[in-house]
Amino acid sequence: MAGDRAASIDPDALSWYEATARQRVLALTDPGSFREFLPPTERRMSPHLPLFDLPRAFDDGIVVGRARLDGEPVLIAAQEGRFMGGAFGEVHGGKLVGLLRAALALKPKAVLILFDTGGVRLQEANAGETAIAEAMRAIVDVRVAGIPVIGLIGGRAGCYGGGGLIAGTCSRLAVSEGGRISVSGPEVIETNKGAEEFDSRDRALVWRTMGGKHRRLIGGADAFCADTVSAFRKAARDLVGRAPAFDLDTLEAEQARLEARIDRFGDCRDATDVWARLGVNDPESVPAMDTDAFAETVARSPEADHDAR
Amino acid sequence: MESLTFRHTTKKPLPGSVPSAITGVVASGNLEILLERVLPPDACEVAIETPIAGYGDVWEAVVADFVARAQPGGLRISINDGGARPDTVSLRLLQGARLMEA
Repeated sequence: MAGDRAASIDPDALSWYEATARQRVLALTDPGSFREFLPPTERRMSPHLPLFDLPRAFDDGIVVGRARLDGEPVLIAAQEGRFMGGAFGEVHGGKLVGLLRAALALKPKAVLILFDTGGVRLQEANAGETAIAEAMRAIVDVRVAGIPVIGLIGGRAGCYGGGGLIAGTCSRLAVSEGGRISVSGPEVIETNKGAEEFDSRDRALVWRTMGGKHRRLIGGADAFCADTVSAFRKAARDLVGRAPAFDLDTLEAEQARLEARIDRFGDCRDATDVWARLGVNDPESVPAMDTDAFAETVARSPEADHDAR
Repeated sequence: MESLTFRHTTKKPLPGSVPSAITGVVASGNLEILLERVLPPDACEVAIETPIAGYGDVWEAVVADFVARAQPGGLRISINDGGARPDTVSLRLLQGARLMEA
């Protein structure tokens, strides 16, 4: 299927944040290698949205298929953050779960999940929540089979709600400055706990608490990339090569890492307090750092790289 | 939701051999357009699903203008609308036709 001309767009120039899910898939993978499962022509659309008088999408907001990355076979899923906030509905979630289960038979080099989601679609929440649970279970099975599952996060919807939970089960995560990873989103926290707890309109606060730089510095993400498709491609290739085994040692190391993290940073009031405790010389300067300067900061941070997850 | 279907006869088939293409995203003020080369070479059908009811006359005019300009013979075009303005619809239709000509 001809997509939005992404194959002819220079991946060095294409912004991950601005690109559509289809453009990301086509520009990330080897040219001409992508084969879509359940493409738009199949019209597998949400059975629920018409009940709410809401428009549907031909792919239900997720593109799934197989492709090659530097000649190696991969399975790939990409959420469209601009359709319903990239949220998981019944078909959307079923496509991701089906792709993950197919990995057990197809044995690709890796599964890549291009997250761009606010979580579960409220209009079909039960099916969406079920899909989140099934996707996490499927990722465990895929990782047990020795296939890395790599999450790439840099879209406008970020990676929130159940998407944040699924990301937490991946082997490795790459994130850009625009990407955000969390479970409860800023507005949800403010609604439940008040603006004094978390002011969702304070964009700087949102980004320093949930944004890519903070996640990278504390080891929540394993790579930080510039906002280009080629940077995400390089990060994906690199992370496939250094994905941890999925065994008891890895899980115990992850438990120990998270316990140590809450001990060390549990009383911090702001991400800048965390960064100061990590030994960052000038924590206030982190949000404005360019990719190269930030990479030097990460290299000096002891928590950023680990063998856990 | 309002469903609209417009059928046109074209003077010629759309050039190229791409079997299908998709452009745009269903988002506020945007739309997605799926094009499939499945009809006789002098026929074009445009089917629209839109949550904004009551604009059938505008859709009809925009589609007629597109058919006259692009001569998209052979195409079945399916639209999921998110409340796009007529100029956006027109632009996306022409983008879609260009993808099919590649």
